[in-house]
Amino acid sequence: MSLIDSIPLPRRVRLPRVDGLIQWIVPLAIIAIWQVASVTGFVPTRVLPAPSDVLLAGWKLLLSGELVRNIWVSFWRASIGFLIGGSIGFAFGLANGLSQLSAKLTDTTLQMVRNVPHLALIPLVILWFGIDESAKLFLVALGVFFPIYLNTLHGIRTVDPQLIEMGRIYGMRDGELFRRVIFPGALPSIFVGIRFALGIMWLTLIVAETIAASSGLGYMAMQAREFMLIDVVVLSILIYALLGKLADSASRVLERLTLSWHPAFQKR
Amino acid sequence: MQTAVRSSLPETEFTSRANFAPHARVVREERAAQTTGLPLSIRGLRKSFGDNEVLRGIDLHIPAGQFVAIVGKSGCGKSTLLRLIAGLDRIDAGSISFGQDIQPEDIRVMFQEPRLLPWARVLANVEVGLGRDRASADAHARAEKALIEVGLADKRDQWPSVLSGGQKQRVALGRALVSRPRVLAFDEPLGALDALTRISMQRLLERVWRDQGFTAILVTHDVSEAVALADRVLVIEDGRIAHDVTVNAGRPRQRGSAELAGLEGSILSHLLSADDRT
Repeated sequence: MSLIDSIPLPRRVRLPRVDGLIQWIVPLAIIAIWQVASVTGFVPTRVLPAPSDVLLAGWKLLLSGELVRNIWVSFWRASIGFLIGGSIGFAFGLANGLSQLSAKLTDTTLQMVRNVPHLALIPLVILWFGIDESAKLFLVALGVFFPIYLNTLHGIRTVDPQLIEMGRIYGMRDGELFRRVIFPGALPSIFVGIRFALGIMWLTLIVAETIAASSGLGYMAMQAREFMLIDVVVLSILIYALLGKLADSASRVLERLTLSWHPAFQKR
Repeated sequence: MQTAVRSSLPETEFTSRANFAPHARVVREERAAQTTGLPLSIRGLRKSFGDNEVLRGIDLHIPAGQFVAIVGKSGCGKSTLLRLIAGLDRIDAGSISFGQDIQPEDIRVMFQEPRLLPWARVLANVEVGLGRDRASADAHARAEKALIEVGLADKRDQWPSVLSGGQKQRVALGRALVSRPRVLAFDEPLGALDALTRISMQRLLERVWRDQGFTAILVTHDVSEAVALADRVLVIEDGRIAHDVTVNAGRPRQRGSAELAGLEGSILSHLLSADDRT
């Protein structure tokens, strides 16, 4: 192969299907190596079951309906908690970004609360809510609140003041200025917050479900540990990875749709 | 060429008109008939930022439809004067009057940066310039017309990020023009452009000014640009108008003509001699 062949083609010539598949090469290769290592006995199945065993365990749980039920419960908790925490964080971010008074009033308090690791509240939350749904929702909402709050606030504060002056000169009133200049300007930063929050959302939920729950993926993993069902434990972990990837992809699609003006998202 | 200290301006203006060749006067009157520009009277204008007195009493009359360039060293207060005229900053003392009640859409500003909304397509960016008429039914049509005027009709659906610097500035000009302003204030609008783009933008500015007849006020640090475009060049020094120079060359101006070059030289020597005194 000559040097010229190794120079990448312009993006628009490259097939999008191939582009989409490239990212899966590494995960699939890892699974293949893992399978070989298990089958040859290089890794004892007591330590790590073969991917085929994990798949089989998943199939059994799927047939019994247990898997779908647990995924659904976790998914529901994650989304509701995210919606609650995200909306409150977004609302505070807007208020404190737009109003000096609001920022002076609440920002210090919020910064103090932010520095308490929210998982440290688990004992308190169990005392308050028991192992009820509300305990999990509370923890997820609390975890999701801060990245969204901070990034919304940052996004609004860093909107180009020259554009705001331009909007004022061209007669935009507060509402229109927000809709046309401030919000679109803050959006890239808000998306950064959303993607951070999605990571924290899963982390919080899984910890909460492993410690205090009677359903959900975390509970399923803990139950499996009790009965030494290592394939189910590994299955749960793999599902976390997939769900995390799914949430991230969803936010990317949303980013692409709303930030198509941004040079970083323009397909050429 | 005429040079006059600001206090004797009404006289100079009179004499400068009298000095026009007869046909030049006819041209001027024709334009006056179709002009949409507003006259501008500034009396005893002062502005300070903290202890720094930037403008120390500006008296100035700009007739409707005139193209005035304001030059001066950086920090002399020329941009401040422009911002006060455009209503962007508060006046400390004195007055600026346009001879009648004005609408916000009557006065527009163009800055050195295009200040386009990156998340709005070119056409939508021009529509922003309509002010309160943004929601009206003919907003699209008017914005498109302004885009044609600045020669960017084919870029209407592009994002600003794909345009060149000169194209962005033309969109900004379209946005400023779309509401048919009667006073257009330019704050070094071509300062960030390369030399060739600059010249074609100067031609464009001259053309739209002649077509629309607004009163144009151009702040620039480029004296050759000032004499190439303006009817009149004001030199500001230490917060006052130090020189008021009338440019009588016919239009469209021939760039690099001996007459303009001579004028440019004399204005530059004013600016530089002020430098020597300090």
